[in-house]
Amino acid sequence: MKREPFFWISVTCGLVIMAFILLPLIQMMSAPSAEMLKETIQDKDVVRSIWLSIYTAGVAALISFFLGTPLAYLLARSDFRGKRLVESIIDLPIAIPHPVIGIAILSVAGKNYWIGQILSGLGIRIMGSVTGIITVLTFVGLPFYLNAAKTGFEAISPRLEKVSRSLGASMFSTFFRITFPLAWRSMLIGIIMCSARAISEFGAVVIVAYHPMIAPVMIYERFEAYGLKYSQPVAVWLVSISLLLFLILRILTLRNRSEI
Amino acid sequence: MISIQDLTINLKEFNLYDINLSVSENEFFVLMGPTGAGKTVLLEAIAGLIPLIRGEIFVGGKKITRLPPEKRGVSIVYQDYALFPHLTVLENIIYGWHFHRAEKTSAEKRLDRLLEILNLFGLKHRFPGNLSGGEKQRVALARALMVEPKVLLLDEPLSALDPNFREEVRGALKRLHQSSDTTFLMVTHDFADALSLAGRAAVMNNGRIEQIGNVREIFEKPISPFIADFVGMKNLFEASFYNTQALVSGLKIETGRIVDPSSHYLAIRPEDIIISRETFSSSMRNNYSGIVTRINNQGFYYEIGVRIKDTPFKGLITKGALIELGLEEGIPVYISFKASAVHVF
Repeated sequence: MKREPFFWISVTCGLVIMAFILLPLIQMMSAPSAEMLKETIQDKDVVRSIWLSIYTAGVAALISFFLGTPLAYLLARSDFRGKRLVESIIDLPIAIPHPVIGIAILSVAGKNYWIGQILSGLGIRIMGSVTGIITVLTFVGLPFYLNAAKTGFEAISPRLEKVSRSLGASMFSTFFRITFPLAWRSMLIGIIMCSARAISEFGAVVIVAYHPMIAPVMIYERFEAYGLKYSQPVAVWLVSISLLLFLILRILTLRNRSEI
Repeated sequence: MISIQDLTINLKEFNLYDINLSVSENEFFVLMGPTGAGKTVLLEAIAGLIPLIRGEIFVGGKKITRLPPEKRGVSIVYQDYALFPHLTVLENIIYGWHFHRAEKTSAEKRLDRLLEILNLFGLKHRFPGNLSGGEKQRVALARALMVEPKVLLLDEPLSALDPNFREEVRGALKRLHQSSDTTFLMVTHDFADALSLAGRAAVMNNGRIEQIGNVREIFEKPISPFIADFVGMKNLFEASFYNTQALVSGLKIETGRIVDPSSHYLAIRPEDIIISRETFSSSMRNNYSGIVTRINNQGFYYEIGVRIKDTPFKGLITKGALIELGLEEGIPVYISFKASAVHVF
């Protein structure tokens, strides 16, 4: 069968995009020698920064999960005045330049602002602390969790919940017995998206907390101080470990899907 | 059993106005009306699933207007079944057990009885995704009745089913109603369902109840042009009346009885009109000659439009009769109908 020109245009564009994404990554991943990779991972500072990256991103995703789930549910289920506005506000962190996010967070956490005063009264420091990093990562990651969870809730017919209520289940029971079991996969995808976004954040973190150093900041620092060759191995480790984690999570969800 | 007083609802797409309705214990009551009339909204209001503007709802003498859905003792079955896809058939059916403290033996007895009446034993461990429409609807019915509701609300339970499943579920509904104390309230737009299952019915239009009564009575004696059209009285005319005669734009029609002169309308079912090529000698009091204006294929039947002077009539005939009579548009025909087929309101 003769293919339409449209088919060949699609294939060509597809190939260009694949090459555009993969070539730089493959080149970077294969540049450092095995020796160099081994040496890098034995460096305690590197391990510490990669762990800090993963840990802070994970905590940001968990905070998004606990804080975001009720709101995502509300947005999926009810129609109210100003809903569009709320949804646009949720998407704001995606659109704002990253250093601006850092500056914005510092301006509410500073001593001149009431939130900063309360925080310092409680002994919580944002500037240059793990708390600060988690705050920034939650800020940038939340929209990704909220949108994924909201889509998941929207896919569940409200009639299932109505039937559950009429059979005697309270709102809470209905959520935990019906809504959650049907939506958890979307929520998990939201968590993965949110932490992926958080792990990749640099611009906002570097303003709020240069130290303790998360992996992207360390990669940047090594690049600035020693050049491409010394920053690559850290990048390779960061990318490999995060990919591996996401892959494991994905496999876990896929396996469960086949059970139903 | 159910008593609804002055119920008013204002949703974006649907409104209900001053609904007053009462249904007795263990009655099988049907709500009919065209799409968008507000039937489903009324069911969801009784179940407590949508907010009311005004009005009260009583079930079994108890005011339930402000109770949450889980405390009302009202189950609902939807047209699209709404089975929980992550639970097996059995888990779906016993879902309500967690929330009703019932004695175990009596609950198990009820489960067995429902599985038997609805013929679900073989499906217990299947997931809803692998069931046919009829099977899904039977599971939904079992699930709703498992909690022994005072009222069972059925939202067009038959309309999504194929004709053979439809018959099967209709039979199941009948058996379930006869063998339980639950009051059934069903929404349908199918008269056959209403006639075979229900005693009384209400017809809704634009958020209001237009007529309440015995199903057969509504079918035979509609009280408004809307209901007459809804029950299939396609020959609907404005008329003036004098003694036993009606006058429809110059056409005299014999009704066979003294008519209340305050009546305004006259209606005749198309199936009560007989079409012939020659004058039909019979006892029928109304005989006219006219011209065939339209022949409309409706599957099993043909709808024939006949103009008598300026008045358009519609009759129904079979395909066989159409060929036998050699009907074509523009040819002259005679129509006749009995005086008793003329409905006046």
